[in-house]
Amino acid sequence: MKDIANNWKDLPVGGVIDEPGTAINYETGDWRTLRPVHNKEKCINCLACWVYCPDAAIMLKDGKVEGIDLKHCKGCGICAQECPPKVKAIKMVEEADFR
Amino acid sequence: MGKTRVARTGNEAMAEAIRQINPDVVAAYPITPATEVMQIFATYVADGLVDTELVPTESEHSAMSAAIGSQVAGARTMTATSSQGLALMYEMLYIAAGLRLPLIMAEVNRALSAPINIHCDHSDTMGGRDAGWIQIFSENSQEAYDNLIQAVRIAEHKDVLLPIMVTTDGFIISHAMEAMEIYDDKDVRGFIGTYKPLLPALDHRNPITVGAIDFVDYYFEHRRAVAQAMINAKDVILEVGREFGRKFGQEYGFYEAYKLDDAEVAMVCLGSTAGTGKDAIDNLRKRGIKAGLLKIRVFRPFPAEELAARLRCVPQICVLDRSDALAATGGPLFAELLAAMYEDRSEHKIINRIYGLGGRDIKVGEIEELLSAQVSAAAGGKSIDRIAYLGVRE
Ligand code: SF4
Ligand code: SF4
Repeated sequence: MKDIANNWKDLPVGGVIDEPGTAINYETGDWRTLRPVHNKEKCINCLACWVYCPDAAIMLKDGKVEGIDLKHCKGCGICAQECPPKVKAIKMVEEADFR
Repeated sequence: MGKTRVARTGNEAMAEAIRQINPDVVAAYPITPATEVMQIFATYVADGLVDTELVPTESEHSAMSAAIGSQVAGARTMTATSSQGLALMYEMLYIAAGLRLPLIMAEVNRALSAPINIHCDHSDTMGGRDAGWIQIFSENSQEAYDNLIQAVRIAEHKDVLLPIMVTTDGFIISHAMEAMEIYDDKDVRGFIGTYKPLLPALDHRNPITVGAIDFVDYYFEHRRAVAQAMINAKDVILEVGREFGRKFGQEYGFYEAYKLDDAEVAMVCLGSTAGTGKDAIDNLRKRGIKAGLLKIRVFRPFPAEELAARLRCVPQICVLDRSDALAATGGPLFAELLAAMYEDRSEHKIINRIYGLGGRDIKVGEIEELLSAQVSAAAGGKSIDRIAYLGVRE
């Protein structure tokens, strides 16, 4: 990531982002009101949550769900919804309960 | 440098300019009175006279969206519209400017509903005056043609990179045939040059993101840059106008002054009314009234300082607005000219007449009567209203 411009003249014309992969620098985790809590015991590692998460916030290790990237998870609840009904390994919990 | 003298309507002249510009992409949806521009251009596409990809869309919102997409991809793109069509594009107009896309539009001025009306006034263009588009008005077919050719160079200039609309008055110019000169294809193409997009989205070696979210952190800085582009456009418009003059014979600036140097009263207007006005000025001069005219060609960016300097010595000014801002303060041209003249501090008397809404004709005699009434009021005769409507049944 290049240094962020400190004046309007040095910004790329038209608000274009002229390098790929910069979404990682944008912490959408701030937006969350519900936090997905993943239960490793219940999880069957079908990876449905990983496929459907719009923010690539399901972290994998050796093909298994390792946890959730809370810097980028915006709490939409799609992972909990897509987790097989018989498994229900992800529970959405009020963010306020963690404070 | 070859020129051919021809008879063309405003729409034909604009279609001819688009043929010569030979844009990569044209995206449009038909609307009276601009339909013909694309209808004629479509025959050029069908006859293989241009290399353009013509994209007929299902609405003007889609036309502007397609044009934006195409310009983002790196293609020189044009469109044409009018009235409700331009209104339907409004959301996208701002996006085209914010993304700094040098889109080029042929706009045929027409009233906005309601009531439904297909004839000329400037309400459509005025509604988009804060959208970040450069706006250039034309008095006749020749100017519409010349302006559209210059538009390419202005919009694509590296210091500008803003969308641009060139307007004609619906039916009055768009459908009236006039003698004019067209230039050779190779000269026009030489003048406009090839388009080199700054960051084309289709360059897969340099991937970019366009239209990203920009909250309190950088939105303001990006908008500040758009404002600067519009300020920069002033020099570029003059530079391109001079170069056009050297190459094709007719130089263009921000405005045209007619018999203004010794004028005691001057009318200020946009578009075809300048033609009517010049006849009125000639008649008033024959009657011993020193009248003059200032036709504003460039409305965005608004050349405030230049207009104030040119009108400095004219004590009586009458601004003719072919649209109503419905602000209880007169028309948009009046408001902007008043602001421009305020700095000047000289003793001007500036009045406003809103005229010609929905295509209502303005006659030479009406202008003569108006300007002579202003002169006599200034000399202590019967007083006249500061802001009023001209040609309406009172
Ligand atoms: S809540 Fe939404 S963003 Fe967060 S991990 Fe689940 S799917 Fe991804
Ligand atoms: S969808 Fe549920 S079971 Fe499947 S990997 Fe994700 S958490 Fe585990």
